[in-house]
Amino acid sequence: MAHTLVSADGPQSVPALLHRNAKQFANAPAYREKEYGIWQSWTWAQTRDEVEALALGLLELGANEGDFIAIIGRNRPYLYWAMMAAEMVGAVPVPLYQDANAEEMAYVLDHCGARFVIAGDQEQVDKVLDVQDQLTQFERMLYVDARGLRKYDHAALDQYSAVQDMGRKARDTHIKELEARQAKLDYDSTGVMLYTSGTTGKPKGVVLSNRNIIETAKSSSAFDKLRQTDDILAYLPMAWVGDFIFSVGQALWTGFCTNCPESADTMHVDLREIGPTYYFAPPRVFETQLTSVMIRMEDASRFKKWLFDKFMAHARKVGPAILDGKSVGAMDRAKYALGELMIYGPLKNTLGLSRVRVGYTAGEAIGPEIFDFYRSLGINLKQLYGQTEATVFITAQPDGEVRSDTVGVTCPGVELKIAENGEVFYRSPGVFVEYYKNPESTADTKDAEGWVATGDAGFIEEGTGHLRIIDRAKDVGKMANGSLFAPKYVENKLKFFPNILEAVVFGNGRDECTAFINIDLTAVGNWAERNNIGYASYQELARHPQVMDTIQSHVEEVNASIAEDEMLSGCQVHRFVVLHKELDADDGELTRTRKVRRKVIGEKFDDIITALYDGSPSVSTVTEVTYEDGRKGSISATLEVRDAKVFADTRKMAAQ
Amino acid sequence: MKDMTDGYVTADGRQIGPVVMEMKNITLRFGGVEAIKDISFDIRQGEIRAIIGPNGAGKSSMLNVISGFYVPQEGEVWYKGSRRPAMKPFEVAQQGIARTFQNIALFEGMSVLDNVMTGRLTNMKTGMFWQSIWKGKAEREETANREVAEKIIDFLEIQAIRKTPVSRLSYGLKKRVELARALAAEPSILLLDEPMAGMNVEEKEDMSRFILDVNDEFGTTIALIEHDMGVVMDLSDRVVVMDYGKKIGDGTPSEVRNNQDVIDAYLGVAHD
Repeated sequence: MAHTLVSADGPQSVPALLHRNAKQFANAPAYREKEYGIWQSWTWAQTRDEVEALALGLLELGANEGDFIAIIGRNRPYLYWAMMAAEMVGAVPVPLYQDANAEEMAYVLDHCGARFVIAGDQEQVDKVLDVQDQLTQFERMLYVDARGLRKYDHAALDQYSAVQDMGRKARDTHIKELEARQAKLDYDSTGVMLYTSGTTGKPKGVVLSNRNIIETAKSSSAFDKLRQTDDILAYLPMAWVGDFIFSVGQALWTGFCTNCPESADTMHVDLREIGPTYYFAPPRVFETQLTSVMIRMEDASRFKKWLFDKFMAHARKVGPAILDGKSVGAMDRAKYALGELMIYGPLKNTLGLSRVRVGYTAGEAIGPEIFDFYRSLGINLKQLYGQTEATVFITAQPDGEVRSDTVGVTCPGVELKIAENGEVFYRSPGVFVEYYKNPESTADTKDAEGWVATGDAGFIEEGTGHLRIIDRAKDVGKMANGSLFAPKYVENKLKFFPNILEAVVFGNGRDECTAFINIDLTAVGNWAERNNIGYASYQELARHPQVMDTIQSHVEEVNASIAEDEMLSGCQVHRFVVLHKELDADDGELTRTRKVRRKVIGEKFDDIITALYDGSPSVSTVTEVTYEDGRKGSISATLEVRDAKVFADTRKMAAQ
Repeated sequence: MKDMTDGYVTADGRQIGPVVMEMKNITLRFGGVEAIKDISFDIRQGEIRAIIGPNGAGKSSMLNVISGFYVPQEGEVWYKGSRRPAMKPFEVAQQGIARTFQNIALFEGMSVLDNVMTGRLTNMKTGMFWQSIWKGKAEREETANREVAEKIIDFLEIQAIRKTPVSRLSYGLKKRVELARALAAEPSILLLDEPMAGMNVEEKEDMSRFILDVNDEFGTTIALIEHDMGVVMDLSDRVVVMDYGKKIGDGTPSEVRNNQDVIDAYLGVAHD
């Protein structure tokens, strides 16, 4: 039946691609998951059968075309199949962030009016049951892992495998209908709906068509020469567009294998076992890995440490050049080869990155040192720039043109333009259909000609054509004296220090900039341990005078580097505090993808901001916190406000 | 108490079956000391049965009688409808009774997985000869045992430490590994000797969750000794209260809580 779904232009929908793969790559592994200590795998043919069984089961349960089916849980093959099965029956899959709390889920489930929910385990089932009274259209829930759910009322609850069995039994009754529904799917039908994390306000449902998904997968796979034999590790949230495109879009297009870790805790071990060839991670993951390598090297014997330092220095010198295929002297090459044998190879193996052919980082700016560390080891780590509305890809760095300060050139099929105010606009086959039930926002973001505003300010570099992003367009402001204010630029510089986890810079419309700083408990805790500094809590460590001194020196270093930048020298941080709690998505201070919510933070810590500007040496504050289970509590603290040295700015002096 | 010849239904709707183990007039002496004095009680299929009491009440002795480590001077132990003769602990284990220890008794140098696998030893049928040749049935048996062990590792969420030597684990995790090893024997009765001792609140909550899940998922009958009254009252279906080797109460947690002897034993009595 598969051939009937494929038009002359190739497969026109996600299910059509699945049928194509089940035929073309029938016995190649499609999905793997580690369970019971063993990698269990499913071939493309088996995957098709599993998906079809679930789809038939959903028909038996009465799923209609146009229904919304929410999918919540950690990355598991079963849930990827659920997305495909939803599309097969003509419904729209809506993956949700699994760490969202019940209220956040209630909003999204109600907004899309999901009739069915497919949940991973008891935790997710509980959350949905908690809020089901607020949901008018919700009818049935399926769960994958039965653990702890035996005693639940099964009137509106089914086990995933039971629904599949139901589907297999009712195959004869429903198969015609299922085929008919799949035949109706084309490039314009909705492939998936993904909710944006919502830096401002409520999440918006981004509707992506099969055209968006398949065209993007096609061009990006060609851009990076992805192969059918590639392996990826699926560990980033399923609700995030990137995971959808890598683990469903590109996986279906090229037919490569998606590997799911055993649990969140075992991700690192699983990474080593699989050794992905195509790997994606946000900067944080690379940063954490680097920190842990450096901490462990501190404990190594002196000879090993010496060897490591010596060869890493050499790698920094010639590694990136060798990776880019530039000319490097024979002696340096020989030394690098020796290093590969002794240091780089084993290190890459420990990191689980030995086989990586294409690695990407995106979502946030990555520190140049971190970026260069991985590149110097010979790992082809690149940056890309994208967003949900573009089905990920806007720009990416081609092999051989990789730098830490740009986000690359336009992806195939993408057009870029920069508006007067510096905001970046793009147009591509990946441009989303609409925000669900939100025509105003759709119109605000996408114009009649299909140009989409990214909300980011940036410029295209002369000569190379690379795009450079400065900051969120709406965050870029003016200081009281009229000079440019770009908080993200400063925050990124601060965050490049391993001791600083998060930073929030204020100063729009004011005379000078100030900052909130979160210390990184791993890095600072390790330092404290080495220096015999005792601490009982995050809070205590954060206000330790020596920690404050260290952070102050980091801030001043950043100030010195900003002072050299003519346009942004007004953004030097004059005063700062080290916050008594980590900014957290559970408290609404960050989005689920860990982006700073400036407005929320500004309102919540109003008293601290006042203290930053009124010259007081310290501030007492009480902050409400939300625990993981939703309970609320509060912590109080007295924070020291420090002044940081700022550096001479010739422009400003002249103006006065 | 209501008639429970064929079992009863708990407050949360679980069906409890008939008696699987019965202690009849057990008395245990060490020299002149009577650790247990004429105690009788039963354990039913599928229930969580707690034995509580102040320090030195004889709880651990009682558990050791059930596990066959001590043989009482007087009284009878009935198991699955017949009287159990004096046995070695390994014979009791072969009958489907597994236990954990108050002071963790794991093999510290071995990995978590290997420790859990040792719990399968009583289920092994191939002898040393086949084990050393390592082909055919010994290999198949190991595979089957590994599967059971892995399912338990998955169940108790200790996949991330599967290959970690036990000596590197925290106390709370070691307790969980002990539970895993006991479960690996696929026992029909699981004896837990102070499973929450020395744990912080979070670890206690986790352990309680696992105990309930084990009971729910595998239908394992559980007998546990515990100091923490809050935990006992929340977890167990019926409670035996001991004091100075005597049974002073037996019933559901609410019955026991209102029993005057129990209150006296725990809170003390005013002496004239």
